[in-house]
Amino acid sequence: MRIIELLPEQMAKVSLDGVTKAISVALVDDVCVGDYVILHVGFALSKVDAQEAERTLAMIREFAGTSS
Amino acid sequence: MKYVDEYRDGELARGVARSLAAIAQSDRDYRFMEFCGGHTHAISRYGLEDLLPPNVRMIHGPGCPVCVLPIGRIDAAIALARNPKVTLCTYADLMRVPASGGMSLIKAKAAGADIRMVYSTLDAIRIAEAEPAREVAFFAIGFETTTPPTALAIRLAAQKKLSNFSVFCNHVLTPAAMRAILASEGEGVEIDGFVGPSHVSAVIGVRPYRFVAEQFGKPIVISGFEPLDVMQSIVMLVQQLNERRCEVENQYGRAVTTDGNLKAQAEVADIFELRDSFEWRGLGEVPSSALRLRDAYGAYDAERRFSVETPNAKDNPACECGAILRGAKRPHDCKLFGTVCTPETPMGSCMVSSEGACAAQWTYRRFETQRIAS
Repeated sequence: MRIIELLPEQMAKVSLDGVTKAISVALVDDVCVGDYVILHVGFALSKVDAQEAERTLAMIREFAGTSS
Repeated sequence: MKYVDEYRDGELARGVARSLAAIAQSDRDYRFMEFCGGHTHAISRYGLEDLLPPNVRMIHGPGCPVCVLPIGRIDAAIALARNPKVTLCTYADLMRVPASGGMSLIKAKAAGADIRMVYSTLDAIRIAEAEPAREVAFFAIGFETTTPPTALAIRLAAQKKLSNFSVFCNHVLTPAAMRAILASEGEGVEIDGFVGPSHVSAVIGVRPYRFVAEQFGKPIVISGFEPLDVMQSIVMLVQQLNERRCEVENQYGRAVTTDGNLKAQAEVADIFELRDSFEWRGLGEVPSSALRLRDAYGAYDAERRFSVETPNAKDNPACECGAILRGAKRPHDCKLFGTVCTPETPMGSCMVSSEGACAAQWTYRRFETQRIAS
């Protein structure tokens, strides 16, 4: 889920393929517009780390290539 | 969507599967329990078992919050909802869980009880604010992921001095359930390693799983929910076993840090304390496996406010949910599966939630099951 707008009272608007929803960001610090968050029952639980995401994909690609 | 689509790349998954087949040693079995119902769902939905070598087998675990709630707690919630002053707010997937005497929350609602489905604990707070004459009780269930949202709702109720809001607390703890499964290993279940939960770990971090490796000698890999995440986690488990390593590893680094979400942990620790013991469907009484409200927040505890009693209720004797939740049986071992028990008419909790092993099997693989049976 991508944060597209910060709202009052520790809420934020998120977008999932164009569907928007107001969620709570009270459990995570320093959320900015453009951040991706892990969402569970209406609450952001953590922010997605873009570098780690790329590192994971690179490892998967490397392993997938070892047999070909 | 970013961070989703690229982890569902089928061609890449087949490449991982080929490389996995090359490293899986043919003279041994690899039996991995995916603890979390989200993984059970992903494994069925994306057909991951078909990509695994025949000697790499997945065992479904008990990490489905709706599934592990014992029938007596549903009975207690229905009794609470029948109190004419009470509005019971609940997550929607609890509505159809079978209770005693053929009852369920949805049947109780049809019979007149004021039961409302909510998406978030904040919805329950809003209802309590909007309807001060109603006693709004939130039916709180789930693992470490849903507990912080319940804690925040209680804090918010205290800040707003809402005197008509309370929580029927059924929050349970993942590591305690893993310990119970490992302690009973050998009773029909043998596990070589765990695919560890995603979102739970985003909250509690990596350390609470150390005992799995250190005391029980089993590797565990915290895994994301997407199919490539699960495939990579299985690869990491196979590598650990091949190299005779036994560690807690984190495949889901993009969302899970070593410490987890400290803010959420602090909220939970402030409001909740450990119960001495709690009953789980399938696992029975598990010591120190669930939470209740601390005395300081006792005014928000529905169990105290309404003197809720949990009846000693029995599951349908033909239902195998208990053994399935322990990993001792598979859905098609149950004679009710796909015959009288389907998602439309569930007899057991594992057929209700999309995270339940039976619902996942029925939704995505029931025809294959019929082929096996015939």
